[in-house]
Amino acid sequence: MTRPATSQRMSGGAAGDRAALAWLLLGCAGFVLLPWYKVEGGFFSFDWFSRPAEAAPAMLLSGQRPWLLPLALPLLLAGWRLWQGRLRGLGVAGGLGLAWLVAEGFSIIHSGWGFSWLAALAGTPGPTQPGLGWGAVAYAAAMLMLVALDMAARGWCKGDRFVVGALLLVIASLILFVAYPLFSILASAVKDNDGNVVPGLFAEKLFSANIWSLGCLRGAGSCGVAWNTVAVAVLVGVLCTVLGLALALIALRTRLRAKWLLRSLSILPIITPPFVIGLALILLFGRAGIVTTFLSAHLGIPRSRWIYGMAGITMAQVLAFTPIAFLVLVGVLQGVSPSMEEASQTLRASRWRTFRTVTWPLIRPGLASAFLISFIESMADFANPLVLGGNFNVLSTDIFFAVVGAAHDQGRAAVLAIVLLAFTIAAFLAQRRWVGGRSYVTVSGKGDGGVPAPLPGPLRFGCYAAALPWLLLTVVVYAIILSGGFVEQIGRDNTPTLHYFLTAFSVEKGVDGWFLSGSAWPSLLMTIGLALVAMPFTAALGILTAWLLERQYFAGRTLFEFLAMMSFAIPGTVVGISYILAFNVPPVQLTGTGLIIVISFVFRNMPVAIRAGVANLNQIDRSLDEASLTLGARSLATLRRVLLPILKPAVVTAMIYSFVRAVTAVSAVIFLATGRFNLATVYIVGRADVGEYGIAIVYAAVLIVVMMVILVGIQLLIGERRLGRRRAGAEAAVAQL
Amino acid sequence: MTDTGKRSRGRQSAWVAAGALALGLAGLAGGAKAADRNLVMYCGVDEAWCRAMATTYQKQTGVNVDMTRMSAGEIYARLRAEKANPQADIWWGGTGDPHLQAAEEGLTEEYKSAVLPNLRDWAQKQAERSKYRTVGIYLGALGYGYNEEDLKQRNLKAPECWADLIKPEFEGEVEMADPNSSGTAWTALATMVQLMGEDKAIDYFKQLNKNIAEYTKAGAAPALAVGKGETLVGIAFQHDVINAAKQNTAVKVVSPCEGTGYEIGSMSIVKGAKHLDEAQKYYDWALSVDAQKLAAPNGSYQIPSNKDTPVPPEAPDLSKIKLIDYDFAKYGSSEVRKKLLKRFSDEVRNGG
Repeated sequence: MTRPATSQRMSGGAAGDRAALAWLLLGCAGFVLLPWYKVEGGFFSFDWFSRPAEAAPAMLLSGQRPWLLPLALPLLLAGWRLWQGRLRGLGVAGGLGLAWLVAEGFSIIHSGWGFSWLAALAGTPGPTQPGLGWGAVAYAAAMLMLVALDMAARGWCKGDRFVVGALLLVIASLILFVAYPLFSILASAVKDNDGNVVPGLFAEKLFSANIWSLGCLRGAGSCGVAWNTVAVAVLVGVLCTVLGLALALIALRTRLRAKWLLRSLSILPIITPPFVIGLALILLFGRAGIVTTFLSAHLGIPRSRWIYGMAGITMAQVLAFTPIAFLVLVGVLQGVSPSMEEASQTLRASRWRTFRTVTWPLIRPGLASAFLISFIESMADFANPLVLGGNFNVLSTDIFFAVVGAAHDQGRAAVLAIVLLAFTIAAFLAQRRWVGGRSYVTVSGKGDGGVPAPLPGPLRFGCYAAALPWLLLTVVVYAIILSGGFVEQIGRDNTPTLHYFLTAFSVEKGVDGWFLSGSAWPSLLMTIGLALVAMPFTAALGILTAWLLERQYFAGRTLFEFLAMMSFAIPGTVVGISYILAFNVPPVQLTGTGLIIVISFVFRNMPVAIRAGVANLNQIDRSLDEASLTLGARSLATLRRVLLPILKPAVVTAMIYSFVRAVTAVSAVIFLATGRFNLATVYIVGRADVGEYGIAIVYAAVLIVVMMVILVGIQLLIGERRLGRRRAGAEAAVAQL
Repeated sequence: MTDTGKRSRGRQSAWVAAGALALGLAGLAGGAKAADRNLVMYCGVDEAWCRAMATTYQKQTGVNVDMTRMSAGEIYARLRAEKANPQADIWWGGTGDPHLQAAEEGLTEEYKSAVLPNLRDWAQKQAERSKYRTVGIYLGALGYGYNEEDLKQRNLKAPECWADLIKPEFEGEVEMADPNSSGTAWTALATMVQLMGEDKAIDYFKQLNKNIAEYTKAGAAPALAVGKGETLVGIAFQHDVINAAKQNTAVKVVSPCEGTGYEIGSMSIVKGAKHLDEAQKYYDWALSVDAQKLAAPNGSYQIPSNKDTPVPPEAPDLSKIKLIDYDFAKYGSSEVRKKLLKRFSDEVRNGG
């Protein structure tokens, strides 16, 4: 632009002119160039050039769809303001554009009017429109950024447009992909299956005996699914906390001091797909399991199916989640300064008294935290109850069955999801309120030469007694997983075989050369591909959010943090059902695509990236960014040139964890996977469901090995020095979760 | 560490990230590129057979088949959920009743294949019943299987009738699928209702419920569980039990003495299919002798619907089975299904 006179009048200077113009141009491109609606076959096939009718931009469509025409107005308004050299007023234009986009998008959907009152008002079936496409995405992004530019010009966030833009972007994506799906659950809970609003039905479903009955206590029938879930979760929470504490005490306060224990326990739960432990338990204790067969053959104990139900679920979850409690408690125990215990002993307190009066009170909040985290994990766990539940239902599996069954009761699924969500969010809030805010860390920056006090004798014995059976079982479980797929039928027929491995992973030579003929290849490659795509976005969004939380001050920061972290407390099954309810119909229609799986990965794993970012940013003194800002660098330059290089460990951590968690996730994606976008975990659960344990176990073993190789490979690549910090960051991130 | 060392390492990890992203995007683009000739299939039979059908068709025609295996009831539910935006093109396999229900509700497309006259009577009748929105591809009789070794160990008499399964000695030892998700279990429910009348049938299932160890999702799962020894008795289609018996000789098939129902495994084209052309071509192929021959080698021993397809020698001999006169029109109707399933859920599963 060669209009020096105007650009001087601008509040934001010449650069503002360019940025605003660029966003405006993007908005125009979205309106007049790109396909406004979703193109079948995918945008990136680029064959929409050759199919102009189907992939028309909004401007051409507005002949038949006049409601699209008002979308041009904000573009004209913004263009006019820019011509005048003003940034103020862009916000109005952007806001109008977004508001109209949302209003028309929800009012006119695939089947006609989106609201029944609109249909009643119009009296006609109404026009229809498909889901939004990339043109609409470009338009919406441009409008959002115009609002950001205006807000920055008005002095928001010290007038820093990058900060405002980033903030709006993160908030908009959280609203679209976290809040809106949750809202859809609420909306569909009050509807019957034909889409009519029936508030009475909601109450009836919410208070139904299926959910809340206490029959089993009276000895009459079964208990409601909510109580089942709570009972398991409390039991698992207590057991995990006790075992986690025992392991943590052994790792830190005995002569054993096993580093390998700490290391393997911090990695195993992350790379192990959740249902694998349940599978291994069936192979051990199922009716035809190894242990059962042994007992029945040698001791005459008849075979039974005790493992299917509450006992089995509890056992699997305790095996799976104890490492998480352990990591939390290791962090807490490390935070207890040894010199305090030494002081106590110097004052002639016995070892036992020292533990009881000094150590115990200091770790008590950590115990609460460990309990609540195990509680949430247990409630949210979907795969173990699916594999081991038998006729014992919990909320997460019930939600799934309400959707997949022939009954197909989305309303019931929504109600169950609300109940489950209420429990986990309550636990999440409790954890934050009681433990999150306060600091019980007694390690100061000053040198602390204390040596941790050894455990009192009986306590040590108790720790070993609790932890050793658990460790033994864990070792056996992993041995079963890694070997079980390579014998005919483990326990019954231990002839080694490659049969299952070859069914899953064979490579054959056909007419056109070698091809992957194994049944597991499509899902494995798809999983790794989608997880890789999600990885950088998760890390970027997480680190950006962490930076906004740690380094910027703005109104509603606490609410923002809560929204960002809440997705940790939303169980995967709830995410899955909410995505189906929200994104199966226009305006945002994503089901059946790979994109929706990537999005669910990104928003499910974002909290881990945020934690890693926050933990690392905490360690970087603010004076560094201040120096950069004082020297005239903008916030973007500061973030990019000063903070990101130091944050590299956090970035790497975030990437690794988002990748690994995406590969091992199952609860949310089981709703979203399709034939074309099938995922490894969904495939394994499917095999296990019909009883083909051989393939399921061999596939799970391959997944674990692949994860292990990737983790070790990245460690080698990044190098030993950085490894230390990365791991510290990683453990902190996991521990805080 | 030198400054250059750090920088090169930083660059290294940047390369790693970029490479990963490129790989991922290439994978997606590859997926998109293959979108030329596509067929999305929901498959309702055993996974091995589904896989064989998909890969053979893909090999012969070059059409990329995206296959998802689900139970018949699940597929029906999925079609309903996706009605606004159908994802699938063809629904191949699974018991006939959900197919009929889908036809009645207009979820599937009418199509008269040229191969139709070559089919056996029951398959053609299935097509007529649905106004040509579905067609029979195989026939299978209901029954159950038990583990002989286990039975001997416990000194139990071998069960022969449906009535034997509610005896107390089988407590916690019977497996059956959930009729809400599985077409097999629905056939069992409908069979009992036709044998005993509705109220008595519900009563029967209430008593059976005490013996049921687990209601599985997939209909063939109880048969597999018997084969593996995870349960003593499994209610399933006889061809599924035969498949389990091939792997474990202790498994015996029972054709209940009171008589038993049967299924007409069916195939339908999804209404609003995005690849209607490909779906119709597949439909014709699936009714051909060549396609139907794929069943037996993959462990599915149903009776095929094409007159010229050889009946596998392992298939249950229909002349020795007391088949009831199964009323497909009635038990494939939406109304009857909904009513009975609701009764089953409320009174049997959650009623105790």
